[in-house]
Amino acid sequence: MSARQVPGPTATMSIEVTVNGQRRVLEVAAHHTLLDVLRDDLGLTGAKECCLVGECGACTVLLDGRPVDSCLVLAVEADGGEVTTVEGLAVDGRLTPLQAAFLDEGGVQCGFCIPGQVVAAHALLRDNPHPTLEEVQEGMAGNLCRCGCYWQISEAILSTAREAGR
Amino acid sequence: MTGIRVGDSPQRVGGYGRVTGQQEYVADIHLPGELHASLVTLPVAHARIRSIDTSAAEAVPGVRLVMTPADLPDPMPRFGPQFEDRPVLAAGEVLYHGEPVAAVAADTREIAAAAADLVRVDYEELPAAVTVAAALAPDAPLVRDPALRPNDPLAATNVLREHRVGWGDLDGATADLVVEHAYSFPMVTHFAIEPHAYIAAPQGDGIVVWSPIQHPNWLQKTLARLLGLPLSKVRVLAPDPGGGFGGKQHAKYEPLVAFMARRAGRPVRLVLSLEETFQAVRRAACEINVRTGVDRDGTIVFQDVAADYLIGAYADIADRVVGKGSYPGCGPYRVPAARIVARAILSHTVPSTAFRGFGNPQVNWGVESNLTDAAIALGLDPLELRLRNLARRGEAFIPFDTPADGDWQQTVRRAAELIHWDAPKPAGRGRGIAIGIKSGPTTGLSYATVRLLADGSVVVYAGTSDMGQGARTVFAQIAAHELGAALDWVTVVMGDTIVVPYDQQTSASRSTVLMGNAVLAACREIQAKLRAMAAGLHGLAEADVVVDAGVVRLPDRELTVLEVLKPGLGRLGGELVGNGEMRKEDEPGHPLGGSAAFFEFNCTAVEAEVDHDTGDVTLTRYVTVSDVGKALNPLQVKMQDEGAAIQGLGHTLMEHYIFDEAGRIRNLGAIDYRIPTSMDLPLEMVSDLVENGDGPGPYGSKGMSEGALLCVSAAVAAAVRDASGAVIRDLPLSPERVWRALHEPARVPEEVVS
Repeated sequence: MSARQVPGPTATMSIEVTVNGQRRVLEVAAHHTLLDVLRDDLGLTGAKECCLVGECGACTVLLDGRPVDSCLVLAVEADGGEVTTVEGLAVDGRLTPLQAAFLDEGGVQCGFCIPGQVVAAHALLRDNPHPTLEEVQEGMAGNLCRCGCYWQISEAILSTAREAGR
Repeated sequence: MTGIRVGDSPQRVGGYGRVTGQQEYVADIHLPGELHASLVTLPVAHARIRSIDTSAAEAVPGVRLVMTPADLPDPMPRFGPQFEDRPVLAAGEVLYHGEPVAAVAADTREIAAAAADLVRVDYEELPAAVTVAAALAPDAPLVRDPALRPNDPLAATNVLREHRVGWGDLDGATADLVVEHAYSFPMVTHFAIEPHAYIAAPQGDGIVVWSPIQHPNWLQKTLARLLGLPLSKVRVLAPDPGGGFGGKQHAKYEPLVAFMARRAGRPVRLVLSLEETFQAVRRAACEINVRTGVDRDGTIVFQDVAADYLIGAYADIADRVVGKGSYPGCGPYRVPAARIVARAILSHTVPSTAFRGFGNPQVNWGVESNLTDAAIALGLDPLELRLRNLARRGEAFIPFDTPADGDWQQTVRRAAELIHWDAPKPAGRGRGIAIGIKSGPTTGLSYATVRLLADGSVVVYAGTSDMGQGARTVFAQIAAHELGAALDWVTVVMGDTIVVPYDQQTSASRSTVLMGNAVLAACREIQAKLRAMAAGLHGLAEADVVVDAGVVRLPDRELTVLEVLKPGLGRLGGELVGNGEMRKEDEPGHPLGGSAAFFEFNCTAVEAEVDHDTGDVTLTRYVTVSDVGKALNPLQVKMQDEGAAIQGLGHTLMEHYIFDEAGRIRNLGAIDYRIPTSMDLPLEMVSDLVENGDGPGPYGSKGMSEGALLCVSAAVAAAVRDASGAVIRDLPLSPERVWRALHEPARVPEEVVS
């Protein structure tokens, strides 16, 4: 078993990233992930740590509009980019129709996976405004929910699509 | 949100914070001056520790503390809800892969992790027993030193305890058909999406500890004893867990973090990786032997059940799991003669703990599968065989326990109806049905305090842990209903032992009944004060005033609560406080310490297709029906039932630990351990409730949330058998296992080393 490299003086880089509409200039360690920086440097703890290998989706954020597992993105990769986290969705404290639908349809239990689910769902609907159930289930397959809210989360997404289509 | 009452499905209280990311879980909390901790573990299942060299670790800049047993009191402090057996750090011996031998606290997580790798442990690997067979072998390495088990006839074995329950004349029983099979239930882990996280901070002459603990008061008691502090100086803050399922019921690393914080004089936080949670909590694996005697007409004559649970290196609450989980193992049927022998077996594996279902799913898997087997052998309908034997309301199906407390036939018939049991099956489809039962809490104590404030808003203090089941919402609904407040005028305070009165625990699906009744009682006390107020204001006798569902009824008119409260409080203002208590005393002499407060009863029926080329199982239709008494929040009840079903599909179809020959876990983490995703759902899922108002909880409610997990496996396996002929008695029904059962039926079902 090899020892991890003892961190010496850490190589840092200055990056500029727009987070939830706000331009930020940050000194980040070269090896820190976007998740690390969001949670530890910016205090945006909505994105969660769970598997840290890109399987569970609890860390999902939007990077230049794309849903990504922020645990697999180096912070430096976000330089010059735009990041949207769950905290950036509601406007002036008003829930988006999608967020409200999550609550109305019962798609939230313990809530730990929900920031990732909401962000991923937000991107799904933006790219596919009228998805079928199958498309929703496949599109959301990267977001694990151990409480088992999958049906209700799918219904929240579908009902939001239906309402938006009116 | 006005007019929300019990029986409505308002948005979850606390939901807003969950969808906006504002909800603070333990790992989201940071304190000034905090240190970050990292655990030191060994890549072995069993080893004797010769020495620990911390010098290299201590030399790393930013390391503030390297904690070893030398830094803890001597003898090593131990804790555990049933036996005080678990050491704060491994005491000279590692007993499972992942047991912490030391811990580092440093300025950053990275420094702590790097320094943890530099702690040099000199150890000697020892043989490990990680299966039932290995643990029971005559020459098995013993997990617990016999010297620690004086006067215990089982001390020279790895059997911690044997639980026996039975009735009738088993040896004299004769049946037309005897079905006997061996079943296995895998070792699985909770995999809550929130990994366990802990923070401890010295505060004055006391300590504050953050933990996603389901039992804050129990943790408080444990820490107070270990640290030598009065309860009043140990504050446990318990933010809502990001999933518990039983894995966050009892102390795990809180004692270690508390000792580190005291030693360092600063806050210390420990956030487990997902891999470390697999090494911290799991469900007991089990091997079940079921011998069922049935007469030709399907009448059950006897049940003879032997269940060996592999509980792990320390008991945690696992022995209770074995005893309580196996106890109703014969199922909700009339069984004239029965014997259940359940053994809690120590092993060099992660200590198992409570996990939704609490030992029942394991025995259910065997017993319900045997009933299906018997039905098939007799040429009887598996549904009819169950209905023939199902206990009727009021029958003492377990002779010395609470009689059947529901119209269970109704639940079963509803499930059969929803799966279209009698309809012709499409080609290639099979159907299965199974029933699950679990004893609710056998003893319990919950206190609640409710405050009706001067403007009619309400504060409820309830020590339940809301880990997603929605307890906060239910208590808010009760208070809103009883005191006439709008739901969003009710604040529920939980998870702070300095402020919230005592609650024994959040488990056993108890809280709607036990804490709900305490909240209701507190509201009744306030209502009594309102009655006195109204009587005084209007010159009436108290007996002439009724307070009902937030309305004050006088002989000649009705008033709102506020119309009494405002003048009643008068110029000085103030508030009305009510306290409530719900207590279920233990019954000495009862095998479980007390009879069941209620039963969770569920019937699950499944339709499935099996792909003969891949062994893939597709659940084309899934039905789950539970008897809940009264759904105080129907949407939350539905979510709990469907969520439990999906969780049960995990151990049914895909989940299991994989060990190597040395007893190390090989599939730690999310890549090699699969839980159900949105792509693993049945094509159709239908859940329904039976509500007959016959529960002991508020408004006739029963507890629920575990029932729908109990019999998932037996129902699915029965459907798989019906669809394909594959008979499988070992879980999970992985594609490989199903394929082998189809193509190599003579082969002994694959033994997954687990």
